[in-house]
Amino acid sequence: MKRLHLFIGSAALLGLVLFMSGCPSSGNLLDTRDAAMKTYVAPGEHDEFYAFMSGGYSGQVSVFGIPSGRLFKVIPVFSQDPESGYGYYEESKALLNTSYGFIPWDDSHHPHLSQTDGMADGRWLFINGNNTPRIARIDLKSFKTVEILELPNTGGNHGSSFVTQNTEYVIGATRFSIPYEIDREVPISSYKDNFKGALTFIKVDPKTGNMTLDFQLVVPPYNYDLARAGKGKSADWYFFTTYNTEQAHTLLEINSSRNDRDYIAAVNWVKAAEYVRQGKGRRVPANYHHNTYDPATSLVNSKIQKDVWILEPKDAPGVMYFLPTPKSPHGVDVDPSGELLVAGGKLATVIPVHSFSKMLTAIENKEFDGEMNGIPIIKYESTMIGEVENPGLGPLHTEFDGKGFAYTSVYISSEVVKWSLETFKVVDRIDAYYSIGHLMIPGGDTRRPFGKYMIALNKTPKDRYLPVGPKQNHPAQLYDISGDKMQLLLDFPTIGEPHYAQGIRADLIAPNSMKIYPLETNGHPHAIKSVNESRVVREGNIVRVYMGMIRSNFRPDNIEGIRLGDTVYFHITNLEQEWDVLHGFAIKGATNGEVLLSPGQTKTFKWEPTRTGIFPFYCTAFCSALHQEMQGYVRVSPRGSNTPITFGTGTR
Amino acid sequence: MKPNRRIGAALAALMLIPLYWIPFWSISLKAPQYPEGLGMYISINNVTGHSKHDISTINILNHYIGMKAIDVDAIPEIRIMPWIIAVMIVGGLLAAVTGSRLAILVWIGAFLVLAVAGFVDYYLWGYEYGHNLSPDAPIKVPGMSYQPPLIGTKQLLNINAGSWPYWGTLFMLVSFSLMTWVAKPVKNES
Repeated sequence: MKRLHLFIGSAALLGLVLFMSGCPSSGNLLDTRDAAMKTYVAPGEHDEFYAFMSGGYSGQVSVFGIPSGRLFKVIPVFSQDPESGYGYYEESKALLNTSYGFIPWDDSHHPHLSQTDGMADGRWLFINGNNTPRIARIDLKSFKTVEILELPNTGGNHGSSFVTQNTEYVIGATRFSIPYEIDREVPISSYKDNFKGALTFIKVDPKTGNMTLDFQLVVPPYNYDLARAGKGKSADWYFFTTYNTEQAHTLLEINSSRNDRDYIAAVNWVKAAEYVRQGKGRRVPANYHHNTYDPATSLVNSKIQKDVWILEPKDAPGVMYFLPTPKSPHGVDVDPSGELLVAGGKLATVIPVHSFSKMLTAIENKEFDGEMNGIPIIKYESTMIGEVENPGLGPLHTEFDGKGFAYTSVYISSEVVKWSLETFKVVDRIDAYYSIGHLMIPGGDTRRPFGKYMIALNKTPKDRYLPVGPKQNHPAQLYDISGDKMQLLLDFPTIGEPHYAQGIRADLIAPNSMKIYPLETNGHPHAIKSVNESRVVREGNIVRVYMGMIRSNFRPDNIEGIRLGDTVYFHITNLEQEWDVLHGFAIKGATNGEVLLSPGQTKTFKWEPTRTGIFPFYCTAFCSALHQEMQGYVRVSPRGSNTPITFGTGTR
Repeated sequence: MKPNRRIGAALAALMLIPLYWIPFWSISLKAPQYPEGLGMYISINNVTGHSKHDISTINILNHYIGMKAIDVDAIPEIRIMPWIIAVMIVGGLLAAVTGSRLAILVWIGAFLVLAVAGFVDYYLWGYEYGHNLSPDAPIKVPGMSYQPPLIGTKQLLNINAGSWPYWGTLFMLVSFSLMTWVAKPVKNES
């Protein structure tokens, strides 16, 4: 059996090599002028789509325009951002609190837009942090991270952050199984006995978007790789890919690649939630942080949660089934109708397609092939509806164009294959430069995709751009998929390593984008609303500077009476109410960077001077014609000195 | 006076009521970095921005050239004008009720005097703002003053200032025209 697979694998490889050398990819590149016209967004004009790309090891999310490929913004999420001061100024630090302390970095993988009726609605963007397992919510009015929830019992939150079709839940799924008990250490070799997997169901408040960890499903110790909620007829279900069903704990490269088939886990989340409501399962101790930004006060509430509700599939009949699928699948993607489940078996030689209706029938008729930890394993033949032959080597992830076709990224042969959802035959293929990971069609994971563009998220540009040393930024490629043949339009660099992206029509987001934070609703406890309220107050060893910024001065800008040993809090308010008039604050010798403020915002900058002297501070953002004049001085006197607190701006 | 003329006089008076809500003048400021536009509306009882924060934005820009901040509460005219217009409305209605042609003529006279006074006042206000500049202004351009035009447009450094009547003025004109029609001598009138 294994030998046969190997044979087919090498045959496919050979075939591909012939194919690729036979017809160079440039054949599929549009006439340069046509491609330029299709991606040209004239100065002052707007793009048709927003694309939100994960930053991978940057920990952030970047926002691009499609079709131009222009970068608009990098939204700081899981990593400190020296540019904005995110993770450096006091209020933002709490967003990065975890049960392991303040973590200034994570690995952001799969952004997912909130949905209404199976369509992206442009309210929020969720994204997972893989390393110290977390999930974040970005508000798409302010383009700001407003919530981060840590996931307990999770080794690495990879199969995340996918939402259900009305954003009832957003999902977490562990890539690394670990023991459940808090801080429990065991011999690693006792993996099969002591390690468990966790699928985390996070409820989303339909009005505020706030997340609550509702319950976790305890699952066998496999690696849970990616997930998707169903849609339409399959809307009550979540689907997860697993690999390492071998339950290896060392040299996974070899040891988790032994089985010809791993599983898609199908979970009826509606039924599971019902069981939980009925009191099935139990509460177990846990330790995780839930950090929420309060828009009323601009403060972050960082709460420690001490328990979690868990449910075991053996106690919850009808909740979970395994669908065998070849081989170490990466993506499991649901077609727009909700009927077809496409697995990307990265070591498989075909793309297997399962049928949701056949799955339901098989469950009804108990067409099982044993079980695992009380989870029935459905016969492969019972759910299979087609296998796409000759898909290239290493199919990973599939999206849809809404016109009856699927597009699968294929890593090893570095290409995209387009195939028919009716015949399961490949109808077109095109090269990606180089080594494509995921791909994205705006709305391509929803009920009604915008089948106009496809973006390949590739792992290396090699020779595509001017070289910038041994480490280069990852490239994205834009293809026109409006016709029968895919056509390459544009090649542009990205930030970090985009593992996945989301695309949405610009008019679903642009009109709601905030221009300022209104001062009248600024409820920060240390905000000032006008320059007249600026002041300096000593409270023992703590000195609070209530500072205002307005073109082009600080109030106050001369401060005396600070002593060594003081902790100084600059509570700074940008008093501007004009779109994009930013001010920044930095002071000589500060060990925590700068802070950048949008109009109407209040932020707190902590400073513990270590030397006496005169310390200049200044505005770091070019705010106005007299930006260069926007500066001030702080006098720091020796410990115990009796220099009184004085402050002011412009007194003559 | 014939009933239709009395109705005309009453309507002319009532035509002034919308002035309490609708600005009668607009000053717009155009500059490259304000593609969304910037400006203020003047009504009989308020000065407001074209959008919510325009007054504060204009004040921030003006402080660089030493202009006084526009402080709505410190403009006496917008406390007086609502009363003057109220008197005109009541006067017009009284004229309609009594049917006195003299009263109509006095109303028209008062209207003209107010209009001229209004323009003179607006000119002086603009002159004061544009010429009375702080000696501490960071930006001083020799010989430059920043009086907005009485009506029309004018380039003031990087800003193109426009000063134009707004919808409220149309109500005033209609009111005035209606009243002049009412006052027109009629051959058969006894």
